[in-house]
Amino acid sequence: MKQHIRKYIWLFAANLYISAFTFGGGYVVVPMVRRLFVGKKRYFSEEDLLNMAAIAQSTPGAIAVNLSALAGYRVAGIPGALISCLAAVLPPLVILSFVSAFYKIFVSNTIIAAILKGMEAGVAALMVDLVTDMCSLIFRKKSFFLSAMVPLSLIANFVLDINVALILVVCCLMCILWALYKKRKRI
Amino acid sequence: MNTVWKLFFTFLKIGLMSIGGGYAIIPLIQEQVVEKSGWISEKMFTDIITISQMTPGPLAVNTSTFVGLQIGQLAGALAATIGCILCGILLSLTMYVFFQTHEKSDYVQEVLNGLKSASTGLIISAALTMILLALYGNSHPEWNIRSLNWTALLLFSVMLFLLRRRKISPVVILLASGIAGLALYL
Repeated sequence: MKQHIRKYIWLFAANLYISAFTFGGGYVVVPMVRRLFVGKKRYFSEEDLLNMAAIAQSTPGAIAVNLSALAGYRVAGIPGALISCLAAVLPPLVILSFVSAFYKIFVSNTIIAAILKGMEAGVAALMVDLVTDMCSLIFRKKSFFLSAMVPLSLIANFVLDINVALILVVCCLMCILWALYKKRKRI
Repeated sequence: MNTVWKLFFTFLKIGLMSIGGGYAIIPLIQEQVVEKSGWISEKMFTDIITISQMTPGPLAVNTSTFVGLQIGQLAGALAATIGCILCGILLSLTMYVFFQTHEKSDYVQEVLNGLKSASTGLIISAALTMILLALYGNSHPEWNIRSLNWTALLLFSVMLFLLRRRKISPVVILLASGIAGLALYL
């Protein structure tokens, strides 16, 4: 029992910490979860994290909150998921309540603008670091089909501006066809 | 139907429809809270996006808190936020449990591997947008050397080097780049 409670407290604190620093979009959460859950506590592997990130992204809603829920669930079941979600929405809730009262002053503050401009570069570096590792995990499998999916979805989204939901649906269909094809070949 | 419930259902709808996250969902939120319900003005919505960029947390959660507070106080903010995240959490958990219980199936394995590849591509796309924002100030820049922000490029390179070589914590990187921004841009 005592161990459970300690785990819950750790989950709450970890998610609170992660959420309070999620500047520049939900993807920053992935390296943070990796640092705390995979690196420090070894609750699950890098591969598990990628599975969770893929699911968090393929379902509706905020990626950061979805990933928190999944990591919490993996560590401590449904209570873990609930605690993690609560901790993930608490910082934005509190900060926005505060900002909402003074938002005119906040928007025109040059000090905040300078800090944020600096952070943009930091976020960009974090994301490049993250995708480098993600790509190497995928390419290591030496599957042409899976490796080709990366540039294809990138081009579909970045160059052709195709809706994310559509990209994911097409990807699922292609995978099912691919699995069928592989089965046929074996028989 | 009272305001709190209306907030809950509107943001439930926003949460359910926002796949992929990020800035792609801005028009969707705008349609619901500005045009359809008239809860907040166009100007205030633009301000929320600016504030959202300045504060941590997902855009949809920030917007739901802000709109909820403006028209339904704390109860409104809570209802809107819960509505906004509910579907995503339930669907993520369902999908995760489904993938775990059917781990042995070739189809499930293949779909999960494919989703991993596709979402890596999507994250690279988001990373490219972020790089353009950081270096050029907008995501559809004119490609020339002169409009490139050299300070940002230097900061980006230093941070990336530190991440690759020293395995520094993401939070330290964010704090350090924020402080560097204060020193370089103010």
